[in-house]
Amino acid sequence: MVHGAQSGLDEIVARHAGREGPLLPILHDVQAEYGYVSEDAKRHIASALNLSRADVHGVVSFYHDFRDEKAHQPVLKLCRAEACQARGVEALVAGAEAAAEGRVTIEPVYCLGLCSVGPNAMIGSSVHARLDGPKLDALIKGLA
Amino acid sequence: MVTVRISDDALAIACGADQVAAAFARAGHAVERVSSWGMQWLEPLVEIDGMGFGPATADDVAAIIDGSSPLGIGRIEDHPFIAGQQRLTFARAGKTRPTSLEDYAATGGWKGLERARAIGGAATIEEVIASGLRGRGGAGFPTGIKWRTVAGAAAAQKYIVCNADEGDSATFADRMVMEGDPYMLIEGMAIAGFAVGADKGYIYVRSEYPHAIAKLETAIKASAHIVAPFDVEVRVGAGAYVCGEETSLLNSLEGKRGEVRAKPPIPALEGLFGQPTIVNNVLSLAAVPYIMAEGAKAYADYGMGRSRGTMPIQLAGNIKHGGLYETAFGISLGALVNEIGGGTQSGRPIKAVQVGGPLGAYLHPDQFEIPFDYEAYAAVDALIGHGGITVFDDTADMAGMARFAMEFCAVESCGKCTPCRIGSIRGRELIERILDRAPRRRDVVETLPQMHNAKTAPRALEDEIALLEDLCETMKFGSLCALGGFTPYPVMSALKHWPEDFGAVRTAEAAE
Repeated sequence: MVHGAQSGLDEIVARHAGREGPLLPILHDVQAEYGYVSEDAKRHIASALNLSRADVHGVVSFYHDFRDEKAHQPVLKLCRAEACQARGVEALVAGAEAAAEGRVTIEPVYCLGLCSVGPNAMIGSSVHARLDGPKLDALIKGLA
Repeated sequence: MVTVRISDDALAIACGADQVAAAFARAGHAVERVSSWGMQWLEPLVEIDGMGFGPATADDVAAIIDGSSPLGIGRIEDHPFIAGQQRLTFARAGKTRPTSLEDYAATGGWKGLERARAIGGAATIEEVIASGLRGRGGAGFPTGIKWRTVAGAAAAQKYIVCNADEGDSATFADRMVMEGDPYMLIEGMAIAGFAVGADKGYIYVRSEYPHAIAKLETAIKASAHIVAPFDVEVRVGAGAYVCGEETSLLNSLEGKRGEVRAKPPIPALEGLFGQPTIVNNVLSLAAVPYIMAEGAKAYADYGMGRSRGTMPIQLAGNIKHGGLYETAFGISLGALVNEIGGGTQSGRPIKAVQVGGPLGAYLHPDQFEIPFDYEAYAAVDALIGHGGITVFDDTADMAGMARFAMEFCAVESCGKCTPCRIGSIRGRELIERILDRAPRRRDVVETLPQMHNAKTAPRALEDEIALLEDLCETMKFGSLCALGGFTPYPVMSALKHWPEDFGAVRTAEAAE
């Protein structure tokens, strides 16, 4: 790991050091800052919090939000939960994958809480409702 | 220039409310961003002098202003969807600016906290018990009894934890409270903290709700001086559905894997960091300010049987008029989906209605008389859960939905107990074999000569179905928490009411 990343990690750890149960807030910040939680980051956080590397790895691997590897392309989260299924999201999946042409990752998400206006998708923290084939295509093409 | 009110709720924004608001601002009008009325099929809903227009786009600005727009719905408060409700928790919905302290105080805010402080902790708890309020997260445990347990526990540090990990599909009432009326939730938590002697509160919000997180952060800062010495902090989940289970949530808050804990000890005695902890759902805590301000009786006068008060019901899925419908317990499912919801969005007949999220049973239109009540649903192997209702039209494949229930459980299982971790995988495989008409053949071990008792014939379809039922029994009674324990509800209800979707009506055809 380069020196800059190390001091960035220290800063993130220090930001949350005084809190009760600081591990998740730290991992959220690391994920946001670097796009993933690297092996080095796990060891560094473990040593700072007096945990084992296995403890930290266990937490990282448990939660869907934390990644082991950097995402190399934009991600669109498409809700595939029951309410969006009832509103036809499954029929959009093949078209979305085709539109993505392998340049956008289409990830499932289980519920964005917009369940009466689906199908819904989320890009970063922006939410999109009432999607149909063309609207979803446009969203994906806008990312690729 | 007129004043235009448009919601800044995530759902309205997802439907384009920001663009509509910007268009009105460009046209020189004052735009006020308020909470959502909950008439979601009309979002973005534009309100001018109490009159509603929706769903609006940026192109509708001129027509709305000059009165020629066909989007008008008349006076919003008189709309049957709103007029028919009994809004206690959502009394401010659509009417106030979510993070305005001024609006909150002007609409009765902080009165509950003031009264609690005036009558004392013990009397506050008695008031909550007398209201009959039960946990709105799904379990329906009496809220006041939980508070009394925590109050009676001796510890230097106690915690109030608000469960805002609203992961069930078809539920969004917690999100609407956090985004639309965050001070009400903070007030409810402060009352709980005062009543049981806890000075620290955490709101555990799912990461899929960035708008709610932002609103809460703003509201917590702005109201810190009012609720002090009680202190509230937002903690963000990390995409694990199981963390909506209270003990898993506590582990997550502590910075651990979100694995379920065995009970006892109950969190009220040994919860967060081993200390006495109240874990309450957003809607439970949000109901408290009303109860404290208006009195237990005012709340308990609503409802039926042991289900007292109101329930914010969420109408979702393939429904014409989806949204937030708060009403007293006792309303029939048929009234909710047909009369209020207007049937399906697609215009096709309703095939199934799932109540209570991914772990709730699928109800058949034959069951539409059932009243909205904890006990009535439990009696038919169903649950009201967090009050989410998903409507499906006749194109739904119920065997596919049963398969999805098992698959979802497999993806989200915390892995701690076997019935859930392994059972869900086996359940998915079983349903797939049933759907593929490919009953399981004997494996290598079963064909060994030593295996005298192994069946020699491949399983028939009805054997597979019997096995699925058996597996569901095991999961229901053997799982540690509701994830594995309730996944059988959607599976078994789908099998019971729509056996034809499994291609396995137990008739001569299946016995071939």
